[in-house]
Amino acid sequence: MAHAPQEEKPGVIGWIDYRLPLKPFTDLLYDFPAPRNLNYFWNFGSLAGIMLVSQILTGLFLAMHYAASTSLAFDSVEHIMRNVNYGWLIRYMHAVGASMFFIVVFIHIFRGLYYGSYKRPRELLWFLGVAILLLMMATAFMGYVLPWGQMSFWGATVITNLFSAFPLVGESIVNWLWGGFSVDNPTLNRFFALHFLMPFVLVGVVLLHLMALHQHGSNNPTGIDVKGPQDQIPFHPYYTAKDFFGFGAFFLIFAAFVFFAPNYLGHADNYIPADPLVTPPHIVPEWYFLPFYAILRAITFDIALWVIGAAILGLALVLRYSDVVRAVLGTKGVLGAVASFLPKKACGWTCIGTLLGVGTLLLLVGFGGVVIESKLAGVLAMFGSILILLALPWLDTSPVRSSNYRPIYRVFFWVFAVNAVILGYAGSQTADWGILLSYCAGASCETKHVMGLLIESAWMEKHFIDISISLISTIYYFAHFLVVLPIVGRIEKPLPLPESISASVLAKHTTAHH
Amino acid sequence: MGSNTPHTPATPDSAPRRDFLILTAQAMGAVGAGALIWPFIDSMNPSADVLALSSTEVDIGAIAEGQEIKVMWRGKPVFIRHRTAKNIEEAKAVNVAELRHPETDDVRVKKGKEQWPVMVGVCTHLGCIPIGSGGGEYDGWFCPCHGSHYDSSGRIRKGPAPTNLVVPPYEFVSDTKVKIG
Amino acid sequence: MKSSIRLFCVALMVTASPVLAAGNKETPKQMDWSFDGVFGRVDKPSVQRGFQVYREVCSACHALKRVSFRQLEAVGFSEAEIKSLAASYTVKDGPNDDGEMFERPGRPSDAYPSPHANANAARAANNGAYPPDQSLIIKARHDGANYVYSLLTGYGQTAPEHLSVPEGAHYNPYMDGQIIKMAGPLVEEGVTYQDGTKATIDQQAKDVVNFLQWAAEPEMEERKSMGIKVMIFLSIMTGFFYLVKKRVWSDLH
Repeated sequence: MAHAPQEEKPGVIGWIDYRLPLKPFTDLLYDFPAPRNLNYFWNFGSLAGIMLVSQILTGLFLAMHYAASTSLAFDSVEHIMRNVNYGWLIRYMHAVGASMFFIVVFIHIFRGLYYGSYKRPRELLWFLGVAILLLMMATAFMGYVLPWGQMSFWGATVITNLFSAFPLVGESIVNWLWGGFSVDNPTLNRFFALHFLMPFVLVGVVLLHLMALHQHGSNNPTGIDVKGPQDQIPFHPYYTAKDFFGFGAFFLIFAAFVFFAPNYLGHADNYIPADPLVTPPHIVPEWYFLPFYAILRAITFDIALWVIGAAILGLALVLRYSDVVRAVLGTKGVLGAVASFLPKKACGWTCIGTLLGVGTLLLLVGFGGVVIESKLAGVLAMFGSILILLALPWLDTSPVRSSNYRPIYRVFFWVFAVNAVILGYAGSQTADWGILLSYCAGASCETKHVMGLLIESAWMEKHFIDISISLISTIYYFAHFLVVLPIVGRIEKPLPLPESISASVLAKHTTAHH
Repeated sequence: MGSNTPHTPATPDSAPRRDFLILTAQAMGAVGAGALIWPFIDSMNPSADVLALSSTEVDIGAIAEGQEIKVMWRGKPVFIRHRTAKNIEEAKAVNVAELRHPETDDVRVKKGKEQWPVMVGVCTHLGCIPIGSGGGEYDGWFCPCHGSHYDSSGRIRKGPAPTNLVVPPYEFVSDTKVKIG
Repeated sequence: MKSSIRLFCVALMVTASPVLAAGNKETPKQMDWSFDGVFGRVDKPSVQRGFQVYREVCSACHALKRVSFRQLEAVGFSEAEIKSLAASYTVKDGPNDDGEMFERPGRPSDAYPSPHANANAARAANNGAYPPDQSLIIKARHDGANYVYSLLTGYGQTAPEHLSVPEGAHYNPYMDGQIIKMAGPLVEEGVTYQDGTKATIDQQAKDVVNFLQWAAEPEMEERKSMGIKVMIFLSIMTGFFYLVKKRVWSDLH
């Protein structure tokens, strides 16, 4: 009996609101006060929302004609294309729409990275966003299998096979996923069921995402908090008008692809019905998975456990003498920033003891030959590349949110973006592309082709990894989060922040008028 | 700007122009949304292959007088009966004006082939399949669901059905073959 | 530890051109097709000629199972022509009342009959090589139209010395791996066109590509013309939305 309105207001809205609370919804979209200085990068949230609606709508109508059975699936999609009224339109909207959805979400994420939207108090908002990204990726992966073309089948085979990397249970997990001993009818059927379900789970998470946003409102390009009503404008009509304009511009791009280049972002091989006996010469995932695919393939070597053990022992040593290390590193510059992460007092014996124990164990086990196999290492790196986003609010040590006022970080941001594009390109090439330094011995020297240096040495070939562009880009990807963000935050001198949002808006206007 | 209230849109000073603009934009949006919905609705209509589904050819040479067969056409049963001369006489003799759905026997069969009535075997009341071979009081078909009686020409004579049994498009490709649809 | 450094610099890898990435084949010749571009249209007479080439040359080995006879109305055949064309083929149907499968003349609603019962039969009849169904071939190959045209007109060249062409196979620089099992199917004047056009190999190849493009994407013309209308409408609508946005925001100082 909590918070029921005292009396019924007049009209239809009043009748409903007295019985079912409409205020949360109107608050969310209509009256919601938003910062007055949001730029067009803030349109991408609503664009993502409209793409989710579009995918659900087109997907629902496709599902009315699709048959999820290996003998019927490919034919049913062609039936949609050729016989169903406007079937080709709905199918192309759905296929192109998936790409549009990812473009929009990637820009939305990069907006968050640039303007520090993940920082307190919006950490949970950011987590929900990562959850949305993971759900999108799972949904898209399963959806691509449904047409049952060559890429559908082989992409599914390659990716589901990865789960066999897990020690002991790997094989059982994969057979459980497949419902058999290879990707086949049971797999297709369950992927259809799950692909239909996930978007609705997504809707739920998106609602939570919006509720979390509601708590503290939107971030803004200056990164400073709203100080009062003079910094804000009601969502309607300002941002509704701006969002509608954004929709129009976006639909122009969407329509251009759907009507004039509907297969540009896809792969020709998927118009060949799946054949378990013929592997396509070049298995490539859809473009939005390419960077993650590159990271997965970059780890071509086994990770010896003794290396990890030695690292942990080293860490124990540093922590035991952290006061000495701090004194040596000093307080200035990059070294000083690194020092600031070490505890001021030496770690106690419980802490050191645990580390020494784990380190020695791994060392011994590692010398015994136990390794993390490259396949598993690749899988861990790939999932790690997304999960590390969750640590972002704590990895970024800068007290300033927006990169507009962070001259040093801004450079690293763009380097990160370019690196992501490089990773994407690497993912589209064959596995042997981009090797800059490799080793060979005897016969392998005839067949190995690298982009850079090939050194003949039997011992090196046995013990050393290939240095590829993908590997360097992968290492840089993680270094951005684990090294650059913490350190730059500490040593950077940010530009002076404006006094308030309205002050910065005024300043912009006065400079513009001069 | 030192006001304490959130900034609300100023009172429209050029109201008519602003309204026209917003109205046009809204109208275009509505037209666009409507145009977008139509393909989805139309996609649920019968697809091209279903529409193209052609005819069924039926061999009627083996049907003896007084007997009938039931064939499937477009997912529904179709009766083809070999009427006796007596049936035809009785059917022609009926006073058409007294029928709920007035139709002469001639319009319901093909000229020269009056012994071969062809009709869709779905009761026009609520869709059950009537029982044939001279069923009911009028030597035609009887629907057990709610008691509709049809005569040998397929016309409703008694019971709740509002119209006569539907005659599908058909033609005789030979004396022993009928093409329905 | 002896080590010698040998430099294998493959600069082309950087551009990763399709030449080297996809198993060695030449880039297809780039032609101007009537269906290219925003205003692309179907060249109906060419498609009809191409259908004739398909019927008389290709259908001996290649299926076209996703095309129904009735769909040919879109490329200018009349209903009567389609009825008689369909009836000239026999199609398997059944089971009849005796439980047996039987053959009957084709109808417009039937799909184009395949030369082989299934893929295995097709392979058996062609020395293990499978002649792919042509209904989607233009979409199933990168740069499909140019690829098929180049392939069909790419026969008759001498293989380079380092390439050994096995018995029963042929050299064609546009094929993946440059060796193809199919013999050159087109011959000069191999088909007598009903409209009197000279049936050179080049002409037949162009016509059959036009036909296959239509077969792969029968909706193309409707799609592009709808696209133009949609883009114009969206441009105007977005223009209006922009003006509304500007007006709504104009009253902020």
